[in-house]
Amino acid sequence: MKITIDNISIEVSEGTTILEAARKIGGKIVPPAMCWYSKLKNTGGKCRTCLVKVAQSSSKDPRPIPKLVASCSTPVQDGMVVQNITSQEVLDARKAIVEFLLINHPLDCPVCDQAGECDLQDLSFLHGVVETRSDEERREFPVIDIGDKIKLNMNRCILCYRCVFIADQITSKRVHGVLYRGDAAEISTYIQNVIDNDFSGNMIDVCPVGALTDRTFRFKSRVWFLNPMDAHRECSHCPGKVTAWMFGNEIYRITGRKDEFGELEEFICNECRFEKKELTDWFIERPKKIKRESVISANHYEKLIKSSIIHPIEGTTEQQE
Amino acid sequence: MGRPVLIEKIGIPGIRDFAVYRAHGGYSLAEKTLKKMTPAEVNREVTKSGLRGRGGAGFPTGLKWSFLDRKTDKPKYLVCNADESEPGTFKDRYLMEHLPHLLIEGLIISSFALGVKTCYIYVRGEFKYIIGILKKAVDEAYQQKFLGENILGTSFSLDIFLHPGGGAYICGEETAMLESLEGKKGNPRIKPPFPAYKGLYDCPTVVNNVETLAAVVPIIGMGGDAYAKIGIGKSTGTKLISACGNINKPGVYEIELGLPVEDFIFSEEYCGGIKNGKRLKAVIPGGSSVPVLPAGLILRTLKGEQRLMTYESLEEGGFDSGTMLGSGGFIVYDEDACMVRNTWNFTRFYRHESCGQCSPCREGTAWMEPVLRRIEQGEGKYSDIDLLVNIADKIEGNTICPFGDAAAWPVSSAIRHFRHEFEFHIEHPEIVKNPDHGSLIQYPVSSIQYR
Repeated sequence: MKITIDNISIEVSEGTTILEAARKIGGKIVPPAMCWYSKLKNTGGKCRTCLVKVAQSSSKDPRPIPKLVASCSTPVQDGMVVQNITSQEVLDARKAIVEFLLINHPLDCPVCDQAGECDLQDLSFLHGVVETRSDEERREFPVIDIGDKIKLNMNRCILCYRCVFIADQITSKRVHGVLYRGDAAEISTYIQNVIDNDFSGNMIDVCPVGALTDRTFRFKSRVWFLNPMDAHRECSHCPGKVTAWMFGNEIYRITGRKDEFGELEEFICNECRFEKKELTDWFIERPKKIKRESVISANHYEKLIKSSIIHPIEGTTEQQE
Repeated sequence: MGRPVLIEKIGIPGIRDFAVYRAHGGYSLAEKTLKKMTPAEVNREVTKSGLRGRGGAGFPTGLKWSFLDRKTDKPKYLVCNADESEPGTFKDRYLMEHLPHLLIEGLIISSFALGVKTCYIYVRGEFKYIIGILKKAVDEAYQQKFLGENILGTSFSLDIFLHPGGGAYICGEETAMLESLEGKKGNPRIKPPFPAYKGLYDCPTVVNNVETLAAVVPIIGMGGDAYAKIGIGKSTGTKLISACGNINKPGVYEIELGLPVEDFIFSEEYCGGIKNGKRLKAVIPGGSSVPVLPAGLILRTLKGEQRLMTYESLEEGGFDSGTMLGSGGFIVYDEDACMVRNTWNFTRFYRHESCGQCSPCREGTAWMEPVLRRIEQGEGKYSDIDLLVNIADKIEGNTICPFGDAAAWPVSSAIRHFRHEFEFHIEHPEIVKNPDHGSLIQYPVSSIQYR
């Protein structure tokens, strides 16, 4: 099946979604995804940041789709023509979604462990506006511990549901979920239940924001001061291939290895993640190159040039920072 | 105008009982269908009738039925959407309360046409007494062998299950309803796949409104062609309209589609004019989700044509000067109504009922509500009005399900047509602090034509 995204064509197999096709092409035309996760089933469709315009549904039916569609959950049709960064409508909608995601976000990046590797931070840098139009009070939830290793800060959550799907799909029993509805919806456990299983730590890695953070790494260091190293060990539960975040000879934290889209290559167990923090526990392979375009790869936001990611549309002036 | 088609039996005393309903010709059409017709014939009649979904979207029922995946070896389901929660709409409740057997008869005929053996009625949680009425009717139908195995000696079997909802508006959205039926939280699903392929328990499913399924009975009775002759153009047949607000005779009326809106509001047969001799200010013709129109535009289109109660006529002029027939929740406002207060009230409802799955709806509804509250309480700013328009614009079309549109349209239409009221609230905080300030709002004379 042939699909054209922002004037770049690619052949993909049937059942591929627009977002997957865009990731095959790669580069600037990949729509951002805050909730969809390629390794988890049924994710996607919720955050609406990956909205794209379908200018031609298929070669058989050349009509455009009137509404913007979520690229993560729309399958490709043969001859489909999609506009992502070449459509001002899509960029405007994305800007609005970022604004929606941020109106109740505490913007506490200076004290948030996720800062520097946060999808929402990158997204708002690329697509957001500096000023807020909201005068309302932000929604507040108490910060709680769910289990002895994970901290839940619901104020930062964007309700992507990834942590719910991961608990359903890679652990034996899910004890947390989304309670209530509308703007009162929150991730929580059932009556003071704690999340306790060998793979629960992966929730931290799939969380796109700082809602779920590693209590063993809490406030230890900013991520951009650490050197990510590929490391491995023999583990009876998981493949044992991780990224060790080091400062000098000290391992500050262990995470799974993430690809250029910020997704885990393999899920790792809690023993590797939380308990093995000695240099002697690991075979350090090599420094990890972070492929993802973010502050941790650029080291500074100034080096991330906004216009290189968002093309100025012909005839319009460049986006304001 | 015209004889009622759908609710003609409603005046008969005791019609809720099986015996009375049967004695007045009830279930004879189900009997005729099962014994003398083929499913294809029933489908053909429904398609010919031009019946459109009465739940609000107005999608042709025959077409919807034709999408059902009939080749599958999985079970197929019919789900009757009785989760009527739209503010201003109470027609299904009326129908189920008085004619429960009509719905069951419609379900039998529709299930036969679709080849369905299991049928669910998803009843709104607040309709506790309706569930009792329906339960009694279903039990009676089972006793009289109109439900169960081999109905009336034919090879057709059908089971009907009643399922009370938990009282969430969002469960009226078809995929959220299926989730809820499966015992999960009522979050709308991401489409595609559509329910006609993967619906309840991943099996092909048709979801129809109560009134749509009940209307199948008169269609079989009079034939699709005769039904299509009622009404105008693509708006065929009759529709239940639940009229409420500042009118003399609120209630549920069955109208032939094509009735002029003016006649509906002012004739003695229907709403009987505006209460207390006041003037008409605005109408929401299809439940809280559809755009509100001022008196001048609801009675006549911008072209000067008379506005009719049809899907097409009400949509004439798009959203700039038109609205939608929606579910038929006809809300009338007199000159003393405050449109800002009304809009705030609706937005409060939508904030409370948003499922919270997708970000534009969850955050947008929760943002519009406090802004509107501030304006209504006399604490607003001029920039808030444009902000509201912009938020509504950004929610619309960007959400998983139509809820986002439904939450955005009342706000954007109220500001489009009644912007001066919002400005009045900002300019005169001392006046709007009075709870009954509706009659104190002064309008530019040219802005609204009263009647």
